[in-house]
Amino acid sequence: MAWLMAIGQPLLFILIAPLLTGWIKFVKCRLQNRKAPSLLQPYRDLRKLWVKEAILPETASWIFSAAPVIVFAAMLLAAAIVPLVAVNLPTARIADVFVMVGFFALARTFLVLAGMDIGTAFGGMGASREMTISSMAEPAMLMVVFTLAMSAQTTNLSLAMQYVLDSGLVLRPSFVFALAALMLVAIAETGRIPIDNPATHLELTMIHEAMILEYSGRYLALMEWASQIKLMLYGVLIANMFFPWHIATDFSLEALAEGLLAIVLKLAALSVLLAFSETLLAKMRIFRVQEFLSFAYLLSVLGMLSHIILEVYYG
Amino acid sequence: MVNTLSVYQQAVMLMAALITLTSFLMLGQSRLLRLVGVFAVQGLLLSASTALVAHSMALPHLYISAALSLVIKGLLIPAMLFRLIMRMNLHREMDTVEHPARVMIGGASLVVFSYYVCLPIVKLSTLITLNTISVSLAVVLLGMLLMITRRHAVAQVVGFMSIENGLFFAAVVSTLGMPMVVELGIAFDVLVAAVIFGVFFFQIRSSIDSLDVDRLSQLSEVEE
Repeated sequence: MAWLMAIGQPLLFILIAPLLTGWIKFVKCRLQNRKAPSLLQPYRDLRKLWVKEAILPETASWIFSAAPVIVFAAMLLAAAIVPLVAVNLPTARIADVFVMVGFFALARTFLVLAGMDIGTAFGGMGASREMTISSMAEPAMLMVVFTLAMSAQTTNLSLAMQYVLDSGLVLRPSFVFALAALMLVAIAETGRIPIDNPATHLELTMIHEAMILEYSGRYLALMEWASQIKLMLYGVLIANMFFPWHIATDFSLEALAEGLLAIVLKLAALSVLLAFSETLLAKMRIFRVQEFLSFAYLLSVLGMLSHIILEVYYG
Repeated sequence: MVNTLSVYQQAVMLMAALITLTSFLMLGQSRLLRLVGVFAVQGLLLSASTALVAHSMALPHLYISAALSLVIKGLLIPAMLFRLIMRMNLHREMDTVEHPARVMIGGASLVVFSYYVCLPIVKLSTLITLNTISVSLAVVLLGMLLMITRRHAVAQVVGFMSIENGLFFAAVVSTLGMPMVVELGIAFDVLVAAVIFGVFFFQIRSSIDSLDVDRLSQLSEVEE
């Protein structure tokens, strides 16, 4: 049963991720007084891309056609580590949160290589920007992980969630800072406003879209799908790490149903927050991203400091 | 660990952490109006944490100081600074922080330093909320850092006021408030200081035609 869940959970990630993107788009459209596309539109887009002919550029090497598969597979493996509806999964016990950050780095490396492979100006530009941003986002991400690990005494996501769940409602200053820092990192890493605009292919300032500009057909579908899964991964990480209530702790059917309902509601609420911030904020100049991410880093450092200063006692 | 504390004590801890955060926000804020806004938020947090301490320790006289800091630090002084900025037409002026990353790292190391300094005091006492004393020392030091790194007179005054916030916070959380006479005296001193600073702003501006206090170190008006 446990292994069945462990395999079913990444599949659930794959299935729900486009729906999440559709929901964010829906809320954003409503906030901006526009008519929203159907919630199922991302699925239709993926299907359309899947049946279309894939055209490879003349200058592309094997990296270009291998990258989408590798990126998608890395996201899938990362999804196996993050508990979605239930903790205590066998896969979550094998690998800890560093492995997850490593999978993200692997996916990013191949994305960047594919962007540079074809030798267009946009690809190289997007690749260099992606690397710049991630080199600043990753330290903040790891500091958040360290802060959580110091509280929970483990770097294993499943055990850390169990710890937060067991200790009940506790106001931890370090968690407040870590939550804020992780949200900023998630925005930067998934390429949302104010760092990158996911809705456009026609801007000089684009980052993610610049790298995948030459992709078409099923390759593009895999890339889009992978980035949707990445967005959902960050959402689930935030929701289950800081608010793990009602996640299933055993594999009975009622517990699993409750866990599924809880995570769907949590993700829906988080995406409303994201849509609000995307509607209120304008995209930043690329040179101000460094300020944004150093603020995230500062928050994570403060989280760690406040854990040491305020939460550990000697009495 | 933190989960052995009561909810109110946890909330006091959270407030302490948020007050440190506002100090850092002030350190990185280059727009004067927003700087004053963050300062007002710090005053409100200070007043809220005083009220929390009053509730959790059942000390009714602290409610008075909570109300005092709410009115004076949360509303009156920010409103005065706001009016000054508007009247002197400074609301578009930027007081850019030079080397923001270095200032932030300096601030973080000040927090570590104040923790290191306060560790022996914390170990001696049995009062659980006492380790917030290192946070309040950090707020004092961060206020000084703000005064050092800025050139603009208004920013320096905000730094000075936040030093006072840090001292007040230390008094509330570690010794459960000062005698009422002292507290009232300090509150009105700060208020009077704000008024006098306002007068000084006009004086400085009429003599050097700017609020950039670095210019005060030059002897002549002529550029060399």
